[in-house]
Amino acid sequence: MNGGQDLGGVHGLGPIDPEIDEPVFHAEWEKRAFALTLAMGFYGQWNIDQGRRARESMHPAKYMTSSYYQIWTEGLIKLMLDTGFVVPGEVHLGRQEVTPRDLHRDPVGADEVAAILAKGGPASRDLDTAPKFKIGHKVRAIRMNPEGHTRLPRYLRGCEGEVVAWHKGHVFPDTNAHGKGENPQHLYTVKFAARELWGKDAPANDCMHADLWESYLVPA
Amino acid sequence: MAHDHDHDHHHHEGDHSELSETALRVKALESLLVEKGYVDPAALDELIETYETRVGPRNGAKVVAKAWSDAGFMEKLRTDATNAIADLGFIGRQGEHMVAVENTEDTHNMVVCTLCSCYPWPVLGLPPVWYKAPPYRSRAVSDPRGVLAEFGVQLPENVGVKVWDSTAEVRYLVIPRRPQGTGGWTEEKLATLVTRNSMIGTGLALTPDQVTS
Repeated sequence: MNGGQDLGGVHGLGPIDPEIDEPVFHAEWEKRAFALTLAMGFYGQWNIDQGRRARESMHPAKYMTSSYYQIWTEGLIKLMLDTGFVVPGEVHLGRQEVTPRDLHRDPVGADEVAAILAKGGPASRDLDTAPKFKIGHKVRAIRMNPEGHTRLPRYLRGCEGEVVAWHKGHVFPDTNAHGKGENPQHLYTVKFAARELWGKDAPANDCMHADLWESYLVPA
Repeated sequence: MAHDHDHDHHHHEGDHSELSETALRVKALESLLVEKGYVDPAALDELIETYETRVGPRNGAKVVAKAWSDAGFMEKLRTDATNAIADLGFIGRQGEHMVAVENTEDTHNMVVCTLCSCYPWPVLGLPPVWYKAPPYRSRAVSDPRGVLAEFGVQLPENVGVKVWDSTAEVRYLVIPRRPQGTGGWTEEKLATLVTRNSMIGTGLALTPDQVTS
């Protein structure tokens, strides 16, 4: 969706303002929001793309003025409401009102955390189809205007680039985010000249790369 | 707000009443999820401790120091970064598909996630606030040299900037250039020159002067 999350090329958002010797977390609630998000994710009731879609559904004005862990918190609440873990009154009061979902398992224990993190969640999938593009091919990112989730940012749509790497099959976020299946596709790294994206005033020898799925691309 | 520029250089989010509301909301959420039996508070503590104390940019610094010292390892990083990095024990969540991008005499690499906050956790830990905030995400792709200047990095014009927008599950680690005057240094000593920002590409590796002074 063309939401608040699609920030590439937006102007007027102020200085970057890096903090010297920044701590990992800035407040106790950030730690808890982080850990709750991971721990609830361990149930596998939503995938990473559904998680991103939940965060992106926030109003753009609110998205741009919320901190990262606020966005995570609101995303987690939305996911838990959508999947029936909690009901709105419970979130408001912080107390149980309806019977918990029967998940047929205990919550992840402290002793299981390290193994789960080490395992991760690879997005690569075997594909039977041959890749449509090869390294060195000129491609164009399609124009699109999706109301649903996508990982093709607006600043690349319609622009021409060159395939510089092929990552084989990867889960396709545009369907996976909507519970419509992983539908893996070939994934490519595409290089775009800065001038192709930003016009003649951009430096001649700068370039931007993005990892793009095959259906985002057509031959140039 | 993560970035309130009415007061400078304070991202301390507990300062704002709006954020105290968030703190209360998160507290209520945790109470609820514990009451409903969905989460074990000890597991939450373990998750926090993992990323506060065990997984962070010192991991990535070991990767870079080895790349500087061991040509065979550097070659493996170029062709199969995921397994090269796994050989050092850095694996798992948000590092499942790694690519190393190498700075050279005429190329400087810089990593961003314009669409969210994708970041290579096993080697760099959790991302800093600025990496996840709109100012960096918006301009890293459209004005990388301006962004670098804000980090105090000025590149000669002949050095091309390569920006990597992490739009999929591939995660990028920048291998900064090895500073001069470090011949014969051990990997442990070299690692002290490798900053987090140098591995995102918003900084350079420190020079020997900068660590001894």
